[in-house]
Amino acid sequence: MTKNGIGAAVRRKEDYRFITGQGQYTDDINRPNQLYAQIIRSPLPHARIRGIEFKAALDMPGVVAVLTGRDMADDGVGGLPCGWGINNKDGSPMTEPGHPPLAVDTVRYVGDQVAVVLADKRSIARDAAERVDVDYEELPAAATLSAASAEAAPVVWEDAPDNVCFDWEIGDAAATDKAFASAAHVSSIDIVNSRLIPNAIEPRAAIGEYDSGRDEYTLYTTSQNPHVIRMLMGAFVLNIPEHKLRIIAPDVGGGFGSKICHYAEEAIVTWASKRVNRPVKWTADRSESFMSDAHGRDHISHAELALSKDGDFLGLRVQTKANLGAYLSTFGPAVPTCLYATLLAGTYKTPAIYCEVKGMFTHSVPVDSYRGAGRPEACYLLERLVDRAARETGIDPIEIRRRNFIPQDGFPYQTPVALEYDSGDYHACLDKCLELADYKGFEKRRAESAERGKLRGVGLSTYIEACGIAPSNVAGALGARAGLYESGTIRVNPTGSVTVLTGSHSHGQGHETTFAQLVTEALGVDFDSIEVVHGDTGKIPFGMGTYGSRSLAVGGMALMAALEKIKTKSRKIAAHLLEASEDDVEFVDGQLRVAGTDRAVSFGDVALAAYVPHNYPLDVLEPGLDETAFYDPKNFTFPAGCHICEVEIDPDTGVVEIERFTAADDFGRIINPMIVEGQVHGGLTQGIGQALYEQCVYDDDSGQLLTGSYMDYCMPKADNLPNFEVTTNTTLCAHNVLGVKGCGEAGTIGSTPAVINAVVDALSDLGVKDMPIPATPERVWRAIRAVSG
Amino acid sequence: MSITVSFTLNGESVSAEVDNHTLLVEMIRDQLGRTGTHVGCDTSQCGACVIHVDGRSVKSCTMLAVQAEGADVGTIEGVALNGNLHPMQEAFREHHGLQCGFCTPGMIMSVLDLVQQNPDPSEKEIREWLEGNLCRCTGYQNIVRAVRAGAQVMRS
Repeated sequence: MTKNGIGAAVRRKEDYRFITGQGQYTDDINRPNQLYAQIIRSPLPHARIRGIEFKAALDMPGVVAVLTGRDMADDGVGGLPCGWGINNKDGSPMTEPGHPPLAVDTVRYVGDQVAVVLADKRSIARDAAERVDVDYEELPAAATLSAASAEAAPVVWEDAPDNVCFDWEIGDAAATDKAFASAAHVSSIDIVNSRLIPNAIEPRAAIGEYDSGRDEYTLYTTSQNPHVIRMLMGAFVLNIPEHKLRIIAPDVGGGFGSKICHYAEEAIVTWASKRVNRPVKWTADRSESFMSDAHGRDHISHAELALSKDGDFLGLRVQTKANLGAYLSTFGPAVPTCLYATLLAGTYKTPAIYCEVKGMFTHSVPVDSYRGAGRPEACYLLERLVDRAARETGIDPIEIRRRNFIPQDGFPYQTPVALEYDSGDYHACLDKCLELADYKGFEKRRAESAERGKLRGVGLSTYIEACGIAPSNVAGALGARAGLYESGTIRVNPTGSVTVLTGSHSHGQGHETTFAQLVTEALGVDFDSIEVVHGDTGKIPFGMGTYGSRSLAVGGMALMAALEKIKTKSRKIAAHLLEASEDDVEFVDGQLRVAGTDRAVSFGDVALAAYVPHNYPLDVLEPGLDETAFYDPKNFTFPAGCHICEVEIDPDTGVVEIERFTAADDFGRIINPMIVEGQVHGGLTQGIGQALYEQCVYDDDSGQLLTGSYMDYCMPKADNLPNFEVTTNTTLCAHNVLGVKGCGEAGTIGSTPAVINAVVDALSDLGVKDMPIPATPERVWRAIRAVSG
Repeated sequence: MSITVSFTLNGESVSAEVDNHTLLVEMIRDQLGRTGTHVGCDTSQCGACVIHVDGRSVKSCTMLAVQAEGADVGTIEGVALNGNLHPMQEAFREHHGLQCGFCTPGMIMSVLDLVQQNPDPSEKEIREWLEGNLCRCTGYQNIVRAVRAGAQVMRS
């Protein structure tokens, strides 16, 4: 290992600008002569727009324009596209309604975009928006799954009867029925996976700029995947070809899935900038974020697990209703289907699984990926159900998991729900986690808590996830309307420094450091001589972006492939310089050496020769040392692990304190353990947030968003959390050159069920059998009161 | 109505014409062009906008620009002196106390006030102090670690 190479806890390159206030986020950018946009949003969940009166706004000094959905339609602007198609059980396609960036005649959720005011100053735009009078005819609304599923429920889309967008299935229903028929015991559970709001701390923002001289557009936007936005907005919404549209996603302040989607505001500012021939800037305030960022989760499920008399899992049957919101977001339909039900095997060798998913329209914000995207929902359901089965059969929760784990020699393992796991060692992760958590000492700690009148519980989960969201042909067969490869460029400059161009996008993950570690390891180039560039379609050849823990496993592998090309060409150049055979030249510590001799040239000399090719094999080799590779993975990667949570509950107040939280994760090879640990901490916190604090609530009757600010939506804070104990147990991914798997989402996936299993454990002696999320003090207190009379 | 507001920003005299409803953070970001101070919410809870006014940490989204007339205002841009990082900045980098970096300026400005008031804060005191600063990336553990380490260097 070189000093800053693979496996080193290198301090991050990107930090200096952030800790000195020199990060450049979208709202930090101002363009000459820019206007400010204020979006007028629907205050009603469902209404017909009878008219929009905006003369009073337009008459205000400083107001330049008020534009509506009619203006967009007149300009031929298309709808926001959905990037993933799901078929019904009968093979017919899902119902896919149009999604105009500005509503034309009907609004379908509180926050739906209706019009935009453009003004010289932000404050003027805001004041003017107050003077736009939208005449709404209020219609009945159903903002929640229960309201939209009720008999004679208000209809979101006329062509989606009963508000069903799709009715999808996976697995073998007959085999699963057969498994249940032979079961000695069946455990079942009803699960509500609560709705969440992603809440990256940087609110979304966008600046559109049209250059009439060149007929070109630039969009600065808070995106996790600028090339995807270019493709979606250019080809489907605004009809701008790629070479005339540049998307820049500069420093982005957290994404967590919410900044994958192509949003209306991106199209609105880009389109408006041409209409008024001035740059147009929009920045969400937090209230807008709550009502316009894509939300996450929101499932209602019923699940049953068939067991043999020995506790072997025989079959799993699941019915899920998933809230898609009012419109289909970019990857909305993929989340509760391909990214959810395919993970229901978990870490277990359950031979028969069948899952049905109904995707439902509601009068609510579109639902899309939120950290984990489908996989936390699968893990939460399965691990709650497994714990319940353990309790009902009297088998220890650890023993029942061990008994059903896919064994270490069972890989590759084909699940009954489409995926083929390539590697893992679930027993080893479990063992490591039990040890680090001092599981053996739990009973003593429980007794000690009891002496203080507190209820202590322990819970675990053993999770798996599928990362990378690829290969493209598999994703295509599952409904993806895009490829899911990644591109990477290694540009060796004449003086030997290296510019790395990646289609992945960093919004906190530290790619500028991790990817530089790959380069210094491969080429021996000094770490400080490597610069990683991302987030600009004008600079990066192509990219599919960052989500699904794919940056290293897909983006990093594209860079590895490009590095291999660089090394191959370098050997050819060195062979010429050293007058040796190419086959005899080896790459060692930043030098190219004739094997078994001391004849060598430095990599820097090779780079210089490539750009100043005076002594160079020009007849067989092009000058330059700049290579690009596209990498399409052979399979998903499968990080897995074990999380153990210990809680203490005050029975008088219902407050749940997390006393200990331990994670043992298998992420494959680790490039930077410091960054990986940070990813785990953040993921755990979001999973704990769902377990104990966070919940998006819509009012069943009025359809209003009740949790529209940080005063109503409880974010996890520093004093809510313990110090986490985290470790790793590595098995290598079997199908990429580094054996890497991905670490971005794991914390969010395993932690929620571990916490709730611990809460149920703490209360089980009282007779409490279930606990909804979030387990707020009120809910816990009521559950205790309900069983104690 | 517009008013001229003048104060000292990171040791330098500044002034700008503002509306009477202009927030201090808007003046700092939009008019004075110091964009290190961020805005993450509109209910005074996230703490991304924390700056120092007359030596104490305040949420600059919750103060009018006119209230800062004549004050001594400090922002993240003024924390490093002569190109040398402040020990607290160093500690955030050393202990990986940031990921996306958006909450970081507010975090640093906030904990500098904590350490000024309490040079050796316990972990519990740090966590309680940070109730008014939201971070969505780190899970706070490395921020707490950084604050303890930064405080230790500042004491020595």
